[in-house]
Amino acid sequence: MIQKFANPARFIRLSQALLPWMAGLTLAFAAVGLYLGLVVAPADYQQGESVRIMYIHVPAAWMALFCYTAMAIAAAVGLIWKHPLADLAAKSTAPIGAAFTFLALFTGAMWGKPMWGTWWVWDARLTSMLVLFFLYLGYIALVNAFDNPARGIKASSILVLVGFVNVPIIKFSVEWWNTLHQPASVLKIGGPSIHPSMLWPLLLMALAFTTYYLWVLLLRLRGEIIANKIRVLRLRRVHGQA
Amino acid sequence: MESLAAFFDMGGYGVYIWPGYALTAVVMVGMLVASIRFLSSNEARLEALQAENGEPSDEA
Repeated sequence: MIQKFANPARFIRLSQALLPWMAGLTLAFAAVGLYLGLVVAPADYQQGESVRIMYIHVPAAWMALFCYTAMAIAAAVGLIWKHPLADLAAKSTAPIGAAFTFLALFTGAMWGKPMWGTWWVWDARLTSMLVLFFLYLGYIALVNAFDNPARGIKASSILVLVGFVNVPIIKFSVEWWNTLHQPASVLKIGGPSIHPSMLWPLLLMALAFTTYYLWVLLLRLRGEIIANKIRVLRLRRVHGQA
Repeated sequence: MESLAAFFDMGGYGVYIWPGYALTAVVMVGMLVASIRFLSSNEARLEALQAENGEPSDEA
């Protein structure tokens, strides 16, 4: 099964077929999600209209953690089974995850200022999210820091796995510490404590962000596979075999 | 027109909400465009290399 998808040529064919679907689904989910979130959903009884930032803030934060988890799994598969597509999947996910983390922090500031009276606070949730952003940046810097790409992948894969300890810290930070950030309303024991009129746009935006991630991942992964092929051709030419 | 103005005002929170949505759109569209360019520039380079080497070009 894994071998079947490990074949880069087969992956390229699969990605050609999936790309238009990911693009279409992203646009459709985002269109309905934005309409429901910005127009149909009611204002919050405590937070008023400012609650509408939630429809991008929460999906961005979920994706920041989702992308890092995906990277950690890909890095582990790459380290253990020397799987070239897994290595490239981790490398391709990093900039997307970094973008989502940045957006979660930025939209959080835009929500924090009117609700908490401050753009930023060194609270456990916010600080651990900032650490996640630096882990992404560290990975991107390290993976490109070596002349030999295989060494860059190996060193940065280890960084991702060590940094994974931060993911449960982020998730449970709102329970372990007394934070200004509110605790989970959707992913919690006993089911979501959020009204369907707000839950639906939130879930649709989360789906849009997920298909967007897959869309961009497929594009970047194909780009990386081709970059590898270029490297091999150049090396062959240097060694006079072309 | 008045309801449209009210929509953009968002009960006074528009100044926080719209920059949040705008930057999200800019970053996500920018990442998408950069990834498409990364792919197509690599495709072009590979084709040029294969043409120089006299190899048959393929899509990967």
